[in-house]
Formats: sequence, C-alpha cells, structure tokens
Amino acid sequence: MMSHLTPRNATVAALLVILVLIPAYTSLTGNVFMLLLFTRIVILAMAAVSLNLILGYGGMMSFGHAAYLGIGGYAVGILAFEGIHSGFVQWPVALLVSALFALVIGALSLRTRGVYFIMITLAFAQMAYYVVAGLARYGGDDGLTIQKRSQFIAPLNLTDKTQFYYVCLTLLFAALYLVWRLVNSRFGLVIQGARSNDTRMRAIGFPTYRYKLVGFVIAGTLCGLAGALIANHTDFVSPAMMYWTRSGDLIIMVVLGGMGSVFGPVFGAVALLVLEEALSGITEYWQIILGPLLLLVVLFARGGIDGLLRLADPKLKVGA
Amino acid sequence: MTLFIEQCLNGLQFGLLLFLLAAGLTLVFGIMDLVNLAHGSLYMVGAYFAATFAAWTGSFVLGALMALVATLIVGMAVEMIVMRRLYGRDHLDHVLGTFGLILFFDETVRLIWGPEGMSLPLPSWLNTSVTLLPGFDYSAYKFAIIVVTLAVAVFLYVLVMKTRVGMLIRAGASNREMVAALGVNIKLLYTLVFGLGAALAGLAGLMQAPILTVQIGMGENIIILAFVITVIGGIGSIRGAFIAALFVGFIDTLGRSYLPDFMRLLLSPDAAATAAPALSSMLIYLLMAVVLVAKPEGLFSQGGK
Repeated sequence: MMSHLTPRNATVAALLVILVLIPAYTSLTGNVFMLLLFTRIVILAMAAVSLNLILGYGGMMSFGHAAYLGIGGYAVGILAFEGIHSGFVQWPVALLVSALFALVIGALSLRTRGVYFIMITLAFAQMAYYVVAGLARYGGDDGLTIQKRSQFIAPLNLTDKTQFYYVCLTLLFAALYLVWRLVNSRFGLVIQGARSNDTRMRAIGFPTYRYKLVGFVIAGTLCGLAGALIANHTDFVSPAMMYWTRSGDLIIMVVLGGMGSVFGPVFGAVALLVLEEALSGITEYWQIILGPLLLLVVLFARGGIDGLLRLADPKLKVGA
Repeated sequence: MTLFIEQCLNGLQFGLLLFLLAAGLTLVFGIMDLVNLAHGSLYMVGAYFAATFAAWTGSFVLGALMALVATLIVGMAVEMIVMRRLYGRDHLDHVLGTFGLILFFDETVRLIWGPEGMSLPLPSWLNTSVTLLPGFDYSAYKFAIIVVTLAVAVFLYVLVMKTRVGMLIRAGASNREMVAALGVNIKLLYTLVFGLGAALAGLAGLMQAPILTVQIGMGENIIILAFVITVIGGIGSIRGAFIAALFVGFIDTLGRSYLPDFMRLLLSPDAAATAAPALSSMLIYLLMAVVLVAKPEGLFSQGGK
C-alpha cells in the first residue's frame, strides 16, 4: 500500500506538504490568521489522533476526551499563575496529571462497556468541568489568562508564532508516529483484538482490561500534551474548553476523518475546522448546515474522508 | 428545621423533574437501543414553545398544554425523519448523529427566537406560597411541579405496567425482534415511544422555564444529569430511573446547601469556601462512580444489554 501512489496517499502527502508550508504562505502574504487557524488545527488534530487510538483501534467510545485538553491546559495555566513559567516543569506536570486522571477514570470506566462506557466517561469529564469551574482562585467560570507562555531554553521561543507552529507540527508528527508504531505492535494488536471480540481475547489469555487501560492512559496523556499546547496557543484557559460538546467535536474529527486509520483524524480536524471557518463566513447560522451534514456523514459515509479516498482508488475493489 | 424541610422538598422537586427527562431517555434506550444526546434539545424546545404559546394565548396552562402537544409532534417528526435510520446501528453513530441534531436544534432556535432567550412569567395564582404545615410555607409553583411530576410518574407506571401498549413496550425492551415477528407494528410503537419521551422532556423543560430562563443550550447542561441517572438506575429501567432521579435530586440539592457548612467544621473557612462548591458539584458523579464500581450495569439493570 505505502508504495502505491494511490489517491489517498497522494492526498496525505499533499496535506503534509501544505501543513509544513503554512508559515511560508503566511510570511509571503502576511495572512497571520491562516497561521493561527492552522496552529489550532494542528493542536486539535493531535487531540483527535490520541482519541483515535482508543476509539478507532480500541473500540472505547470515550466521550470525555476534552477533559484532558482542559487538564493539560490548566496545568500550564495554574503553574504560570503561581509563577512557574518553565516549560520543563509545566509540560511534564501537564502530562503527569492527565495520565493520572486517565488512570483513575479509565480504571473505573473500563469496568463497564457499551453505552455505559460512553456515559460514564462523559459524566467524569463533566465532573472535571465543574471542578475547574469551581476553582475561584483560578478564575472559575471566567477562565484564566496566561501572562507568559511556557519558557524553554534560548533559541526556542514559543511566543514566536512560526516557531510555535513548528513545535506543534513536530509534536503532531511525533504523535502520529507513536500511534502508528503502537497500533502495529503486539500491544496494538491486542487492543484491536479486544475491540472485535473481548471475550475471545480473554479466553486465549490476554488480560484485556489492563491492555485497554494502558491504551486509555496513553491517549489521555497525549491529549494532555495537546491541552498544554492549546493553553500556550490561546494564552488563556477556561472550563469551556472541556465542556462535553468539545468532546463531541473531537469524536466528530475522528469519525469524519476515518476511524481506524492513523492519519484519518488529521483529515477530520482539517476538514471540520476549515469547514467551520468557511461556513461561518457564509452565514452566522452555520451550525444549521453542519449539524445535518454530520448526520449525512453518519448515515452514508461511514469510513469518513479516509474511507472515501480509499474508495477512489481504482486498484482497490470495494467490499473486498 | 423548616429550612431543612424546604431543601428536602427542593431536592424532591428537582429529582422528579430529572425523572421526566431520564424516563424518556431510558425508554428510548431500552426499547430502540438508541442513545439520544438530542433529548436535551427537546427539553429546550418544550420550554421555548411554552414561552411562546403562553405569551400568545395569555394563559400559562393553555400555553403549557399546547407546548406539550407541539413537542410531541416535533419528537415524532424527528423519529420519522432521522432516528428511524439510526436504529440497529453502532452506538457511536447514534452519538454523532444526535450530536449533529443538537447543533441543528440550537441553531434553528437561535434563528427563530433569537439569541437572547425568553422568560415565561408565572400566573399570579401559582406565584404565591402554600402553607404545607403550620408555620411552613412553600412556593406554590414548586409544589405544583411535585404534584404534576408525581402524577406523571403514576401515569407512566400504569401505562407501562397495566395497559396493552405498555405490555408491548416491555416486550419490545426485552426482545425487539420477537415482538416484530409476532406482528406488532413496531414502527408505530417506536414513533409513539419516542414521541412520549419527547413530550416528557418538553414537560420538564416547560416546567423548569419559569424558574430558570429559557435559553439556547439549556438542555445541554441538564441532559448530562439525566444520563447519570439512567446509568445509575440501569439503562432501560423506568423504576431505576425514578429511584436514581430522587437520589440525585436530593444529593445535589442537599449537598449544595449543607456541604459548605459541614466543611467549615472540618476545614478553615477559606479552604471550605474554595472546596465546597467544587465538591458539591462532584457529589453525584462520585455517587455514580460508587454505583458503577459495585454494579457496572446500574442498580436496576434489565440485563442482556
């Protein structure tokens, strides 16, 4: 597959080139908005990639993934508020707290399955939302402004928009590589096996609960990193970033892009956010178009964008 | 002491209101195996209809009745246009599809009624207080909510347990294919059940409307509580939803009013003031976690799901 220049692989390559060249476009045209939009896209794509690991490959329908965005973001925000600006402290803390949260939530939630799992992850994320909204010292409902971005050593300066974009992009590529390696490893095969038939996997001796929990924690940690990035991007954190509808957005990205494909969520993030931008340019009431559009994707295009691109491949017979 | 009774009644009122929402959710899930995130939108639509019709007719009760019928119709239309196509599919499809519906409903409401929100004023005969015990007055409207929701709960019990339609509903919940195979018009049954759930959500919305403002997104907050209730009660169980709703109503209301005082006994006033609001909003989620650790399928699971 990788060696063919299929329509899908060509699109992936084109998108990668576009992502890499966005800052060049901005410096040529002076269109800073484009750079900021794509920074956001890249960060949320990373969150979606992490969700895809458990949703697409593990079959764990977590509806609380935005909680990690908030937790990672607040770790940076709170430390900055308390005067600790070093990224070498902030980011590991963001990762650690996200991992711990994922461990506790995962340990409880993975005892349940199906729709209970969807709802319990949703409810725990809402719990985190209310806890954060109740932190009066850190702005409560109104959120917390971050005065200074995370500080790293000399040449690296996150306040530089181009540098920050490339940091995000590098981390997105690293996340993609990590997920790609994971899903092709023995570990990845076990969680995919558990998705297809959990009982059978357990019967042949795999403690699937532990495997799934590890997957859940990895996904949460990765999303926590995206949260730390988004806090630096917006210089602001608020409970709204972990509201349950944000988790819905992440699920949309994964499904829109194509589940069970490592690169799919990147398609999804780009498509959703560019679509939002384009539709909101047409009408103030753009969600009236987006909502039914989602419904149509669910009803008629299960494979998402990745699936459509694979369909366009003449060498692959559909349904084979 | 009177304050405590009042808070208990508030908890009861809130719990019963949540039951209306959770009952619809759990019915729809139990029978159609459908996760409906857009249930909160029907709650919102009910409130908007009530505010509009009440202003139109000048009568609160008439407006409420018209809103109830209108929400029922909207619910059945949604079932026939959208939901019907989602049955039998993956839960993830339900989540996404109904999430799309939420966006659609929110924006449609914004388009029709504008972004400001509305208010539904109470008529003077409800805007008073009733003397329940000597020396203890309670808001007449909240008392009316308790009476109405209890009546609805009894109605639901009779409907589900004692009528032929209820028998089909229960049969549908335990084995859909068999019911269809026996020649029951399952399509019609589904439409009716979804419409009933929508009407219950609309009723909850329109009753809550005079207490809170009618605004876009009002359903998105409360629907999570309804989900928590269905999970605690066991998905598909109306009895479980009823008990869990009361639990959640009491714990949430009493937690919010007494936890700050209680924590002041244990912690410094500063720490208590910071921690109490966060902890009291966490309480019901902690309850859910405890229930799920003990019984992963909820308290009154129907089993087999």
